[in-house]
Amino acid sequence: MADNKEVDQISGTETTGHEWDGIKELNTPLPRWWLWTFYATCLWALAYWIVMPAWPLISSHTTGLIGYSSRAQLAKSVAEAREAQGAFLDRIEAASLEQIVADQELLEFAMAGGGSAFAVNCSQCHGSGAAGFVGYPNLNDDDWIWGGDLEAISHTIHFGIRSDHDETRFNEMPAYGRDELLTPEEINDVAEYVLSLSGSGEDAAAAARGEVTFAEQCSACHMESGEGDYELGAPNLTDAIWLYGGDKAAVVDTIANSRAGMMPAWTGRLDEATIKQLAIYVHSLGGGE
Amino acid sequence: MVEQAVVENTTAGVTAEPGAGVERSDAEPVNKKERRSLYQKRIKIYPKLARGAFRRWKWVIMAVTLSIYYLTPWIRWDRGPNAPDQAVLIDFPSRRFYFFFIEIWPQEVYYLTGLLILAAIGLFLITSLAGRVWCGYTCPQTVWTDLFIAVERLIQGDRAARIRMDKAPWGAEKVVRKVATQVAWIIIAVCTGGAWVFYFADAPTLAGDLLAFQAPPVAYITIGVLTFTTYLLGGFAREQVCTYMCPWPRIQGGLLDEESLVIAYDEDRGEPRGARKKHSHPTDLGDCVACNQCVAVCPMGIDIRDGQQLECITCGLCIDACNSVMDKVGLPRNLISYSTLANVERVRAGEKPKLRLIRLRTVVYSGLIALVGLIMLFTLITRADLDLNILHDRNPLFVTLSDGSIRNGFTVKIINKAHHERTFRLELEGLPGAQLSVVGAGTDPDALTVESDTLASFRVFATVPRETLTDAAVDVEFRVVDRDSGSAITHGSVFRGPQ
Repeated sequence: MADNKEVDQISGTETTGHEWDGIKELNTPLPRWWLWTFYATCLWALAYWIVMPAWPLISSHTTGLIGYSSRAQLAKSVAEAREAQGAFLDRIEAASLEQIVADQELLEFAMAGGGSAFAVNCSQCHGSGAAGFVGYPNLNDDDWIWGGDLEAISHTIHFGIRSDHDETRFNEMPAYGRDELLTPEEINDVAEYVLSLSGSGEDAAAAARGEVTFAEQCSACHMESGEGDYELGAPNLTDAIWLYGGDKAAVVDTIANSRAGMMPAWTGRLDEATIKQLAIYVHSLGGGE
Repeated sequence: MVEQAVVENTTAGVTAEPGAGVERSDAEPVNKKERRSLYQKRIKIYPKLARGAFRRWKWVIMAVTLSIYYLTPWIRWDRGPNAPDQAVLIDFPSRRFYFFFIEIWPQEVYYLTGLLILAAIGLFLITSLAGRVWCGYTCPQTVWTDLFIAVERLIQGDRAARIRMDKAPWGAEKVVRKVATQVAWIIIAVCTGGAWVFYFADAPTLAGDLLAFQAPPVAYITIGVLTFTTYLLGGFAREQVCTYMCPWPRIQGGLLDEESLVIAYDEDRGEPRGARKKHSHPTDLGDCVACNQCVAVCPMGIDIRDGQQLECITCGLCIDACNSVMDKVGLPRNLISYSTLANVERVRAGEKPKLRLIRLRTVVYSGLIALVGLIMLFTLITRADLDLNILHDRNPLFVTLSDGSIRNGFTVKIINKAHHERTFRLELEGLPGAQLSVVGAGTDPDALTVESDTLASFRVFATVPRETLTDAAVDVEFRVVDRDSGSAITHGSVFRGPQ
């Protein structure tokens, strides 16, 4: 090659000897800084293969001199995070719900921790904003079926509603229509009466007839006034909030076929500290009593 | 004498002329255009010490700029008990920038943007008026390179001595002087990196920690990186930074015009150049005595007599060198001088040279500087030490309560920029009958306490009876009132209800 070097007349640069339609490729040397950078990256790559995990083997991979592992790194940072939370979690475990709420630092920790536990465990039914859906209570409002103070919320989370736990909250409303305990006309009258309790009924005469039936059939749980009872888990029928809908068809449906939503018991699935944080989070949403 | 005048000592690079007193030099303009091949290795430049007005200016400017850089972090500024007392401090951990009486929060970073705009347009204005004075006098690369050359000269001697030393075989004296130079450079480089980190932490505390090896690793890493770059750029890369790395010389091509100041060699007066006897003025020669001193002093390795060149940073050292020679040979000064391209033409046409400072571009630049400066000044003077932000809950948008009333949740963020704790009253306007409550035991919307120099976040509920809500979305305004001073700030939001 050395003896048949061809030099381009115009630029004075050697050519590679490649030619396309009379156009010749100049053999321009690489810039020195570029070349040295290139050599440095080659060295870096070689060193990287040796120092870091790099090559796949049949059932594993080369581990590298310093034994780096991104999995171990993750485990380490998770452990560090646990460690950092540990002090708070210990205090939360030891304190009563009232004590936690009274301690601003613990309250903030519990609300944040409860919020993330809620997103993982509760939001599937209650919604990410805890606003619920038809049949799944809105936890932001001030209407509670089983009670809305810290203890009551904590109890509900622990044992659930109609769950498989022995201490579960449980009640049962008769299916007045399906089981033919009331005639359709009577059900219609009771529905009118129930709607009138919150001022939305239309048929005053039917409501007056329904009041008699209500007193006989419903007031044992829902109370004479219709305001319900936390102990029995009987909803307040006089307020503006309807779990299954507040129009007449929905109320008739409820009386005729009953309702029986369920919530799992979380004790045993979640640890005590998490349940406390959840109770405090739900209580802080705005309706806590 | 004639013989002596034209002799050039090719081994030492210079020869002293006892009779005429004019030093002659065979200095090569190593960065001359013809020699500027892309694959050329750097040829070392040995700038000779120039003496004169521009050299004095450069010493003064070097002293001032280096003093500003090294001393600024040590200036104290009392801000009261709850704030640092360092006049200029970029406090990353607490996200504040302190500059004397100004304190900037991260969300006010537009002040920095404004400063950068001012700096850029300022540079444009200066460049269009006086050419590359930034490059020649104040650019850190120029200042530090000048400092490094001064150290080199102090230890190894001036141009001739340095060339001689580089050519000489290694001996005890050469080793001592070379090592001493490198050590001195490294000390300067360490101090340069060291001063930088003081802008980011309390300087006296950090200085103590650094010496006790107790400072955070990032401080040592930063010092290390800046030491390396200072040593490399000031000691070795030097003029190559300006010629090959810096984009500014390219940009300046678009900022200069024929009325901008440049360093110009008066070709009409100087050529044809040639050596001559003292006080003899041969008619066949111009005023240039071809002593090459302008090339010998040039830190960029060019010959100004070749005309305008990208490499020239207009430091004026060739003017000093030429004027010294002109004085000695008894010719008028300013064969090389600050001039404009237009003036060169004017002189050729027999007109008087003049400086036209007021031109369209200088007027536009000045106007822009004034505009941006006034806007910044206005916002700085009128900015409050209180800030408010309201975030409406996204989910749920509203909650119906058991009595039918509608509740909306908000996150209220109050920033107290004052250096003392303040208590605020929160009010909601635009929604008659609304009740406010704040989540948290014992928190009252009438007394929200925010500690000094912090942002506090509150969960706030606003509740109104269903019947007073006329629309699915009502525009409301939150108002935060300082209970002591009465100063207030508002922030708009929206209150949502059912359709």
